[in-house]
Amino acid sequence: MNSLWLSHFTATSSLGCGLSQTLATIRKQRSGLLPCQFDTVTLDTFIGEVPQVDAVELPAQMTAFNCRNNRLALLGLSQDGFAEAVTSATQKYGAQRVGVFIGTSTAGILQTEMAYRRRDPQSGALPTDFIYRTTHNTFSVADFTRHYFGLSGPAVAVSSACSSSAKVFASARRMIAAGLIDVAVVGGVDSLCLTTLYGFNSLGLISAQACRPFDAARDGISIGEAAAFALLERVPAHGDDDAVLLLGVGESSDAHHMSSPHPDGLGARMAMQDALKMAGLRAGDIDYINLHGTATQTNDAAESKAVVGLFGSDTPCSSTKGATGHTLGAAGSMEAVICALALQHGLMPGGLNTRQLDPLLPINYLLDNREKPVAHVLSNSFGFGGTNCSLVLGRHNGRSH
Amino acid sequence: MRTLTAYIEGIGLLGPGFKDWPNSLVILKGHQPYQACPTLLPPALSLPAAERRRSSNIVKLTLATGLEAVAAARLNAADLPSVFSASGGDGDNCHEICQMLASDDRQISPTRFHNSVHNAAAGYWSIATGAMTASSVLCAHDASFGAGLLEALAQASVDHCQTLLLACDTRYPEPLHKARPIQDAFGVALVLAPTRSLQALAKISVSLTDAPAEHLEHPELETMRLAIPAARSLPLLQCIAQRQTTRVVLDYLDNARLAVDVDVEMSAC
Repeated sequence: MNSLWLSHFTATSSLGCGLSQTLATIRKQRSGLLPCQFDTVTLDTFIGEVPQVDAVELPAQMTAFNCRNNRLALLGLSQDGFAEAVTSATQKYGAQRVGVFIGTSTAGILQTEMAYRRRDPQSGALPTDFIYRTTHNTFSVADFTRHYFGLSGPAVAVSSACSSSAKVFASARRMIAAGLIDVAVVGGVDSLCLTTLYGFNSLGLISAQACRPFDAARDGISIGEAAAFALLERVPAHGDDDAVLLLGVGESSDAHHMSSPHPDGLGARMAMQDALKMAGLRAGDIDYINLHGTATQTNDAAESKAVVGLFGSDTPCSSTKGATGHTLGAAGSMEAVICALALQHGLMPGGLNTRQLDPLLPINYLLDNREKPVAHVLSNSFGFGGTNCSLVLGRHNGRSH
Repeated sequence: MRTLTAYIEGIGLLGPGFKDWPNSLVILKGHQPYQACPTLLPPALSLPAAERRRSSNIVKLTLATGLEAVAAARLNAADLPSVFSASGGDGDNCHEICQMLASDDRQISPTRFHNSVHNAAAGYWSIATGAMTASSVLCAHDASFGAGLLEALAQASVDHCQTLLLACDTRYPEPLHKARPIQDAFGVALVLAPTRSLQALAKISVSLTDAPAEHLEHPELETMRLAIPAARSLPLLQCIAQRQTTRVVLDYLDNARLAVDVDVEMSAC
C-alpha cells in the first residue's frame, strides 16, 4: 500500500488527557484503573474512568449532542492542538475532502439507559428531553465530529465491537486511495455505560481485580473509556524522520463464535499476516507488538498461539490494557497512539498488573518498560463476532524498503 | 479521482411489500402494482441450530438479502469481503437490555449482550457462510446506505475485488419507536465488482453532490424511502429495474448527497 502519515494524533484515557500526560504515566508504569464507582453500578470490578469528562460542555449550538460519549470526544479533540490541526487541514483541502471515520461500540447508549429510568409511569414513554439521533445512535460521535469541524465529506461510525477503531484506519486508507478524500480524521471514542459493565459481567468476563493480561491467574477484563484520534494524510515528499506512518492494515473474520475467539487464533493470525504483507515487511522486522491482551483466559491463549505461530517467541510484546483497561471500541485507536509514542520515543511499554506470566503462553511479554529505538510496531484489535484487525506502524526513517 | 465505479452483479431485496429481487423488479418496473404488506423474514436456515435460535430480525434480514445477492452473482459467500451498514442494531434486544438495566435486576443474559453489538449480523453472517474475509461494519444514521455504498465501492476499486454490501434496518419497539420511527424491516444487498462480468446488471459511478435527492413518484414507496435508511437505495434500484441509463441522486448526509451515474448498457468500460 501507499503509506499514510499520522500528521497529528492524540489520546485521552484514564492515563491522562493528551500525549504528554499519557506518556508520563506510561513512563511511571502507573495504571489508570481504580475500583468501580461509576453511576449506580454495584459490580466488584476496576474501571479506567476519565474523571474530566463530567466537566466538559459542548458548544451552545451543539447541545443536542450532549452525552458522555460526545463529551469525551470533545475532551479528546481538544488536546495536543488536534482540533486546530483538523481546522487547518480543512482550510487546506476543503471541507468536502476531509473524511471522518470514528470507531465506537456503544456511542451514547448511557443516555438511553438513564432515560429508561425516567419513563412515564402511565404511558411508558421516554422523557421528552431524550434525543435518539445525536446521542444513542452509533453514528452520533462521528456526526458530532463532522459538525464540530463543519465538514461535508464522507463520514461514518465504524462499529465492529472491539476492533472498531483499528478498522477506521482500513476504511480511511481505502477512501484516500480511491481519491474521494485527501485527509481523514480517524479515531475511537467509547465511554463507560451499564450495558458493557453488566454485559461483560453476564459473560463472566469481568475481573474483580485490575486486569492482568497474560498472567497465569488472569480472570477477566477491566473496562475503560478513551478518546483517541489521528489525522491521516498522504506522506509528504520530505517527511520528518520521526514522522509516524501507517504501513499496513490486515482484517479478517473468525467465522467461529459470537463471543469466543477461534481457539487457535486463526483469524488473528490472518489479520497480522495481511498487515505485514501490505506493509511489505517480514515478521522479523517488527520490533514490538501491542497485543489485544484483554486478560480473559480465551483471548490471551488464542492470541498467544497466533503470535507465536507467526513471530516465534522472541518479539517483545505487551498489552497496555493493564494500564488503560479495555477501552472497547476506542481500543484500536488508543493503542495505535500508544504505538506511535513507542516509535517516537523508543519506548516499549511494560504490561502492568501481570505478576506471574502464564507458562503456557510462550511469548516475550514485557513486564517492564524497555527503552530502545523502535522502527516498526504491530497493534492487534479483536472483537465479538470474530472480527480482527491488525495495524503496522513505522517511523519514516525506519523505512528501509 | 473523485468518482468511484463498480459493476452490480447481484441484488438481494426484502422489505414491506418486497419479498425478493425478482418480485420487486416487476413492481419497480411498474408491471405490477405495489401492495403494502409487512416484511416477511425467512428463518435463518443457514445458521447452526444454536445460533439460529438466537438470531434476531436484523440477522434474518441480513442473511436473506446477502445470500440472495450472492446467489444471483453466482459467487461463493465465503470468498467475498463485506460491508454491513445499518442505522441501528437489534431494536428488540436493545429495548430489553435498557429495560433490565433500569430495573432492580440488572443481570442481562450473555446472549442478549453479544447480540447487542452493532456487528452481530456481521458475526452471524461469517458463521453462516464461513467467510473469514474482511468486513466493515458501519452506521451513519439516515445516511447508512450511502456510507455503505461508498465503503463498498472503495473496497472494490482499491482492493480490486468483488465486495458484498448489505444495508439493513429493523424497527424498534416502544418506547424507542417513537424516538426512532422506522416502521418495518428493509434490507438490500448488492454484489459489486471492479470489472464487468457476464452477471453484471449495471455499471455505477458515484460521486458527492450538492444536488437534491431524487424523490419517488409512488407515494407509498416515497414514504418508505424517507422512513427507512436502507430504502434510500430505492431510486437506484428503480433505475436498474427499468433499465435506465441515467443519473440518479441518492440521499446521504444532511450536507451531501450521492450522484450515481447508472449505465445499464455498460458499453464504454
